[in-house]
Amino acid sequence: MKRIETKHLLGLENVSSKDIETIIDVGFTFREVLERPIKKVPVLNGKNIVNLFFENSTRTKISFELAEKRLSADVTNFSASSSSVEKGESLRDTIQNIHVMKMDCVVMRHPIPGSCLQLSNYVDVPIVNAGDGTHEHPTQALLDMMSIKEKFGKIKGLNIGIVGDILHSRVALSNIFGLIKLGANVKLCAPPHLLQRNIEQHGVSVTYDVDELIDWADAVNVLRIQRERMGVGLIPSIREYRKFFGITSERLNRHKKEIVIMHPGPINRGVEIDSDVADGDQAIILDQVLNGVAVRMSVLYLLLGSKDFE
Amino acid sequence: MGKIKSILLNELEMSKMLTRISHEIIESHSEISSIAIIGIRTRGEIFAKKIVDNIEKISGDRVHYGILDVTFYRDDFSQNLGSPKVGPSDISFDINSKNIVLIDDVLYTGRTIRAAMDELFSFGRASSIKLGVLIDRGHRELPIKADFVGKNFPTSNNEHVHVLVNEVDGKDEVRLVQY
Repeated sequence: MKRIETKHLLGLENVSSKDIETIIDVGFTFREVLERPIKKVPVLNGKNIVNLFFENSTRTKISFELAEKRLSADVTNFSASSSSVEKGESLRDTIQNIHVMKMDCVVMRHPIPGSCLQLSNYVDVPIVNAGDGTHEHPTQALLDMMSIKEKFGKIKGLNIGIVGDILHSRVALSNIFGLIKLGANVKLCAPPHLLQRNIEQHGVSVTYDVDELIDWADAVNVLRIQRERMGVGLIPSIREYRKFFGITSERLNRHKKEIVIMHPGPINRGVEIDSDVADGDQAIILDQVLNGVAVRMSVLYLLLGSKDFE
Repeated sequence: MGKIKSILLNELEMSKMLTRISHEIIESHSEISSIAIIGIRTRGEIFAKKIVDNIEKISGDRVHYGILDVTFYRDDFSQNLGSPKVGPSDISFDINSKNIVLIDDVLYTGRTIRAAMDELFSFGRASSIKLGVLIDRGHRELPIKADFVGKNFPTSNNEHVHVLVNEVDGKDEVRLVQY
């Protein structure tokens, strides 16, 4: 018996809405486990999971590692900076060497879009994408959707806004795929040059006016402005970005309806979001972090728990 | 699908058994306030609730009530992924120094009970754990014995004891099904 159809979690683009709903629902079961005095269940006892991180990460890496440990899996960590990648070893060789050592699952973050898909050609174990370049970051979108469901009790029919650097954001893309599949309305807001052309083909709408977005939305996911983008002339200055796109309490107070504020982290306080908003009652940023562990437990449990995996 | 061989219990018999078990639970504990009834999802959860109500009717005291889902603790997890509907456990009281009575519908191999006991330890250290079941059908694979039993029904391995409850199935009945 297989509870989800997908063999890997490479992205949400090719995962069915039924699978996404199952992952979120089982995620709530693991949320309960995280409230227990002993937050560990023996479901993945004896399974070995390798975390391959070719790019820096704090939250995602810790979250995956905690999720794996709380499922009683054995965890092996790999980070590119302290490995043979520095000596020029290719991704394929690295993977094949690790693979012959008999692991049961690979969690990978890599700066190149599509690298997880490529990896799936070399190994026959489940692969979980922990972020591949500007492509997808499916577990982040799943935890965002779980947090929305926790807050509103549903996803279908809600108006979800995403504001920030959509063009370079894997979080945005995964959220778009997932939210549209589950029946939410998605509106994007970004400076025009930080937005893909023809992004509307995914079923989203676009605005360049953040006040219009706030007026329309039930919840807004605020993306981090990646400072590394500023040097290359995409954003003239932090002050200008804050003025036109920053989520400030002054801006929120101008609207009657109180909306939910989300942020995938890390936060640049005073740039895309102000401190009083990030720490305020409207924000569910820390709930998102907790749900992240639960939803990753759910993903690993559902991918690894099935016997008829080939 | 199997065919129904016989009806083992009807609604009245089931309700009488739960009343008797409730009395037995009270009798075997000197301090009612220390009792906690925990049902194993999904049928055990419903019987546990009824026992809690019975105990309140008999003694006037409301004892602690909890629900346990043992999916993540099953030893056959890698073979069949456990029950299709995994749900959260719900134990909102401190189980330390409580006298726990686990409630399930049918006692068979004992593996569910083993899983339930393991899971309970992740919530704390109970003073004692006892077991109550509606039906004991034999074929134990582990050294586990029920303290409170509705009825013993020796069965063969190709039979199945199917417990129906009003809350889920629309009627209270226990059937013996042949496969």
